[in-house]
Parts: sequence; structure tokens; C-alpha cells
Amino acid sequence: MSIELKTTSIDPVRKTFDHIAEKIGPDKAATRYQEAIWGLQPIVNQHYRPTWQPEKQLYDASRTQILMADFDDLIDPRQYYYGTWTIQRGKQQDSQEKNFSFVESRGLLEQLDGRWTEKIHQLIIPMRHVAWGANTNNSYIAAYGFGAPITSAAAMHMMDHLGIAQYITRTGLILGNNSVHVLDDAKALWMDDPVWQPMRELVETAMVTKDWFELFVLQNLLIDGTLHPLMFEKFDVLVSQNGGAAFSMMNEFAIEWFTESSRWVDAVIKIAIEESEPNREHFNQWAAQWLPRVRSAIVPLSGLAFDDQGDRVLNEVFDGMNARLSKLGITG
Amino acid sequence: MAKDKRMGLKEKYAVMTRGLDWETSYQPMDDVFPYDKYEGIKILDWDKWADPFRLTMDAYWKYQSEKERKLYAILDAFQQNNGQLNISDARYMNAVKLWLQGITPLEYAAHRGFAHAGRSFRGAAARVACQMQSIDEMRHAQTQLHAFSHYNKFFNGMHGFAHLRDRAWYLSIPKSFFEDAMSAGPFEFVTSISFAFEYVLTNLLFMPFVSGAAYNGDMATTTFGFSAQSDESRHMTLGLEVVKFMLEQHEDNVPIVQAWLDKWFWRGYRLLALVGTMMDYMLPKKVMSWKEAWEIYWEENGIALFNDLSRYGIRLPKHHEVATKEKGRVTHELWSTLYQYGNALGLHTWVPEDEELDWMSEKYGELFDTMYRPRLLHFRAQEETGKRYFNNRLPMVCQVCQIPVFFTEPDDPQTQCVRIVEWADTKHHCCSDGCADIFNREPEKYVQALIPPQQIYRGEAGGARDIFEYAEWLHLVKDVDTGEYHGSPDHLNWEAWKAELPTPQANSDEAA
Repeated sequence: MSIELKTTSIDPVRKTFDHIAEKIGPDKAATRYQEAIWGLQPIVNQHYRPTWQPEKQLYDASRTQILMADFDDLIDPRQYYYGTWTIQRGKQQDSQEKNFSFVESRGLLEQLDGRWTEKIHQLIIPMRHVAWGANTNNSYIAAYGFGAPITSAAAMHMMDHLGIAQYITRTGLILGNNSVHVLDDAKALWMDDPVWQPMRELVETAMVTKDWFELFVLQNLLIDGTLHPLMFEKFDVLVSQNGGAAFSMMNEFAIEWFTESSRWVDAVIKIAIEESEPNREHFNQWAAQWLPRVRSAIVPLSGLAFDDQGDRVLNEVFDGMNARLSKLGITG
Repeated sequence: MAKDKRMGLKEKYAVMTRGLDWETSYQPMDDVFPYDKYEGIKILDWDKWADPFRLTMDAYWKYQSEKERKLYAILDAFQQNNGQLNISDARYMNAVKLWLQGITPLEYAAHRGFAHAGRSFRGAAARVACQMQSIDEMRHAQTQLHAFSHYNKFFNGMHGFAHLRDRAWYLSIPKSFFEDAMSAGPFEFVTSISFAFEYVLTNLLFMPFVSGAAYNGDMATTTFGFSAQSDESRHMTLGLEVVKFMLEQHEDNVPIVQAWLDKWFWRGYRLLALVGTMMDYMLPKKVMSWKEAWEIYWEENGIALFNDLSRYGIRLPKHHEVATKEKGRVTHELWSTLYQYGNALGLHTWVPEDEELDWMSEKYGELFDTMYRPRLLHFRAQEETGKRYFNNRLPMVCQVCQIPVFFTEPDDPQTQCVRIVEWADTKHHCCSDGCADIFNREPEKYVQALIPPQQIYRGEAGGARDIFEYAEWLHLVKDVDTGEYHGSPDHLNWEAWKAELPTPQANSDEAA
């Protein structure tokens, strides 16, 4: 027996907003992602020049050298708008929280050999400052980027980095039995230890980089794209293999997030490259300019993490980056 | 290793935010943070910043994802069940149109403005608070679009909001308001938006729309309104903290902050004329009158808040008494203007029904009965003889707030109030002493304002030669998106749907 549900049926007079229909055609239903990001940023008839940068408009495409016929084309393959993003992060948060309480309640990190604990102190805990730098740099892209697709996704990326910095902070607190000394020591390394200085110099240079798309490449592709694999894949595996599976549980979010967000980073760059040859040239130039600097900033970290295997692991990581670049069509 | 005592919440939050930050040395701090000194605000110690809400990202994701799950479940149900049929009357839709055209774009602008502030302050905790608000504002823009998306499928006036937003004369009121804030420095931006707008005036903005939605059966808007409420509380707390922080840091900050409060009180108040008019005229089921809202939320609460700030040397904002004198008039004066310029409006206008006029008499008393009721009845009489009145010329608008210069003298509701200001040998018109003061403080800023009627005369509106060509350039369909409500497709469709007729009227000329 079938149940017949009686409902009112009313024909809509249109499928979506005009500016969405212009992009997808008038007869198609729009996705929530499309309605959430396209056409949101004003382009014309801006009233006042910003007092903080009078040579530009408030929303100004010339804050990057990359030219797009329509910056709304820089879409996110994850189709993240606030709702989908935060629901996904909520799930991950839940899982990460369980990991923290499991590891903490059983004192699992205390079982780790001192040699590895020491390396975590020296290498992973200072990463919270790198993540903070990435937060700062993505807030720059959210503030001065052009078009809602990039500013919306950059704002999520900004908060993701804050989340990572705070998760690393929690790891530091667990390692320090809830005292800040582990964090303080790591900050001292970040500020003064020769192993970290090239990286800090690079991050600070990124913070004064004016072209937001160049900053996107430097921070989100080149720095994160090498440092994350080094720390949260290679080093994480090494610690796990040496009795530190609990440590890996602390990094679950950072590991998953990197794979997921790299899809967005790659897609945005690919779309801009496919737009024009001059765009490709800018990416080539940026990769050529920054990749060697990123590499020299990572050399000492790899050495500290992997001892005599440092060079080998570093090569693996940068081979991976070079493969990623050529897949994007960038000749570094 | 000795087990240390557990950290308190405050200490824990501190290591989660300002503990991440450092004093740069490879690049000068002033290069890394180039925008937080030029406004003249002196900050001696950023660590004195009291975190208004201690929300780490894990907790943020947990709360926000729970809210978002519920919100979208309700929006899905709303759409599936033709929730648009449950509104009180299709005239109500014009409140939603006004929100989508005028307010939702401000949510996106706020996302950008707070990203700018969240990059600009060298204090890490202030930066985090602004960043969180930046992503919240993006949330509000997007959830509003998702709630209104369904209405756009059934009602007119919403389809071209993104085009309209940057071109329509009446939408340059909210647009210029927010761009004024964003083009200021980061301290003024947070003072204007977080404090003046979200803290002092928020109940006059948020309450009328959301309560109006609740009273008028608009489940989509009500749901996101309630869902945004806890975000708004955080934003208000931030607003108060920013102002107190500046005032406590240095006495030299006091006159700067006072000037901003003077400016943004008046600018916000003028913008709210649109909201008040919506409350009084567009809600078929009324929540309260603009006058009552002004009395509760400004004359009682707002003034009490300023009295609290007097210990810092802050006084009531300039011209607040003028705003109070105008409380019985502004919405009637503005509705009459919208009614007349209906051919260049992405909203419908109408003469209220008798019982609504009686409600206005009750709320506004003698002034309404002697001045505004007769005018509305005159409009109605004209309509009944087939001569619905439209003013098809272009209004002169205020150089600052961009509202047509139609308000009346503070002490005389029968005399138009016009103030002429001058800069670089050019005269400009303002609607009030409040706006003239704002102009005179920063004339070099306000002469940049794009004034839609002037743009039209200069041929910068697609070469439009009259109000009808201008409306076309706005992508407004005559008598479908614009004009009188009665007999419009929105009106006819509504009646057909309510009579359970399955097919809507086509959007065509026959409707006019």
C-alpha cells in the first residue's frame, strides 16, 4: 500500500538571482555555494577612498598583479560557504577533542621517549607561531583580496590556522602538565634559536608582502605546502614509529586539514593560471623567487628533525612540491 | 616533572591568543602593522585589552556548527513546505526586499571591514576578536541569502539585488554609510560599527526586522535572526570593549572617540530612518512604532549607556535631542518620499489600510492626524480616480547621508530643513545640522561621495535621461519590481496562491 501525500504545488517565477543566472544560465537551479559567494562584493560606485590607502579604492582589483575577467571565477572545489565549512570543522573538532581527552586521561604522551619529547618541544610547539603568521597572512587576503569567493575562503583559512595554532598550544600544555613553560621555551626558540630564525624571517617577510595573490602563493602554497608535509607527515610518522602514536592523535586535525585545504589552494591557482599567460608568468616568477627561500628556511628544521636523514627527507618534501607545481603548470 | 596547578580560563585563553604573537624584528612592527597609528589613538599597553568573550576555535566550531545544522534543517523544511505562503500578507515581502537590497550587502562589507581591522591592530587579542567577527559577518550575509533565496523565487524586486545595490539612489544610503566606516581607520571602523551601530543602535535595527519577521509569519528570517542573536551579543560586547579600551588607554583618545561617537550616532540614526519606515509601513502586523522603539532603545537604554561612559569624559552624542524631536515624523516623511519615487524603487509602496492609519493615529497622535493622515488620504483619493501619484523627477539628496533632503526643521514640522555647506568653492546640500557637521569635519571625504541624481544628470547612469530609463538601467522591471503594490504581480500572485490557484501570474505588462 502506498501513502499518498497531498501537498500544495506552486510554480516559482524564477530559479535564482539574476547575477547567478548570468553565470549558470536562466533555467538552472543554483547551488547554495553559488548563491553564497557570487556577486557579493561591490565593484562599481564606491563612495570614498580609504584613508588608510588613498591611492586605491576600498575594493580594488589592482591589489594583485593577477588579472581576472571575473574574480568570482576563483571558486572553491570544496564548495565551502560558512555553513558547510563550520559543520565540517565541528565534526573534526569533535574527533580531535576525543583524541585530546583520551591521550590526556591516560597520560599517553608521558610514555614517549624523552628524545622524541624533546624534538616535539623544539619542532612542533614553535609551529604555533608559524600558524599564527599564516592566520595573519590569510586575514590580509580576506581584507584586501578581490571578490567574495577568495575573501570568504581566505577568512575560513584564517580561522583554520588559528585553530591549528590553538591545537598545538594544547599539545604544549599537555606536554607541560598544564604549565606554560613548554610554550615559553618554544617561543624562546622561535625568537632566538638559529634553527628557527630563517623561518621567522620568512614569515615576517610574508607579513609585509603587498600583493595578496603573491602572499597566497608564498604562504598557502609554498610555506604550508612544504612545512606541513615535513612536520605533520614525515616527522609525525617518524615519532609514531618510535612509540609516539599518541602524538599523531594530537595532529589529526592538522593532517586532515592540510590535504583538504590544499585542494582549494591548488584550484584557485589553477583557475588564475588558466585565465592567461601573463598570469602564469607571475606564478612562475613567484615560485622561482620564493621557493629557494622557503627551502633554506626549512633546511635547519629538517636537519633537527631527521638528523643525518635530514637532506633525504627535505628532498622528498621538495620533490613533492615540485610535482605539485608542475601539475599546476608552474615552472618554478 | 612537577605537576603545575591547573590554569584558569583567562590564563588559558591568553596563551591561545596573545601568546601566539611576537614582536617582529626582521621587519619593523610599523611595517607589519601600518594602519593602527595614523588616526591618533594612543595605545600604551595592548595587554590591557580585556577579552570580551573567551572563545577558542574548538568551542567556536562546536557552537556554530550546532547552530548551523539547526538553521539549515529549518530552511530546508521552510522551502519544502512553501513557507512563503505563511507570511501575513505579500506587502510584508517589501521588508525582506529592503533587507536583501540594503542590509545583506552590509554584512559582506562588515566581513571585509573586520578582516581589515583583524589584520591591522598590533594587539593579538583584539585581532582575534575582529577576525571572529569577520567570519561571523560572512555567515550572516550567506545565511540571509539562503533564507531569502526562496522568496526570490516567488516575489519580485529581489532578483537583481546585486546590481541594484551599487546603483540605486535609495541603496546608496546604506552603501555610503558602510563605505564611510570602512574607509576610516581601523579604530574608527570598530567604533562606528561595533559600538555606535551594533551596541548603541542594534536594537533599533535587528529587533524591528527579526521581530517584524516573527510577527508576520516569516519563518526563514525569524530563524536566522534568532540563530544570529548569540553572534550579535558577542559583537556588542566587542563594541563596548573597544571603546572602553581606547578611553582607558590615554586621555588624548577621549576627544577623538567623542567626535566619532557624535558622527556615528547621527549617521546611524539617519540610516535607521529606513528601518523605522519599514516598521511603521511595511509590516502588515506591527510590532511597535518607530517612536516607541526610539523611546525605549534610545531615550531609556541609549542615554543610560552614555551616562555610564561619562566617567571617561564622554558626553551624549551631538544632536541626539534633534533625533528625539523628529521621532514622530521621520518615518512618515520618508514613506511619503518612497511612495512618490516609486518608479525608481525596487520595492512596492502603497497607502496603508484604514486600520493601519488608526494604529498610526494611536501611536503618533495629533501630528499624524493633522499632517500625515490627510496626505495619505489625498494619495488614496488620487489612486481611486486612476491617478496614482508618482514624482518622476529626481530628488536632491544629502551629501552625507544620501537621503533626499525632505526632513523638516527640528522645531517646525512644516518647514523643509536644508543646510548648505561649502568646500573648495562648491556648494553642497545637507539634510540637517547633524549631517552638515559631519561634512564640515571631513569635507575632503564627503565631496567624494557619488550622488545618484547627479550621476544621472552627468550621464553616468547608462545615459538615462529620465527616471524610467534610470529604472531600466537599474534592471528594475516597470510595475513588476517598481510602483504601486495594489495590482502588482506580487499582489495578484499572492491572491491567486492564497485562493489555492496552482499557477502564478506571469510577470508581464498585463499585471500593471
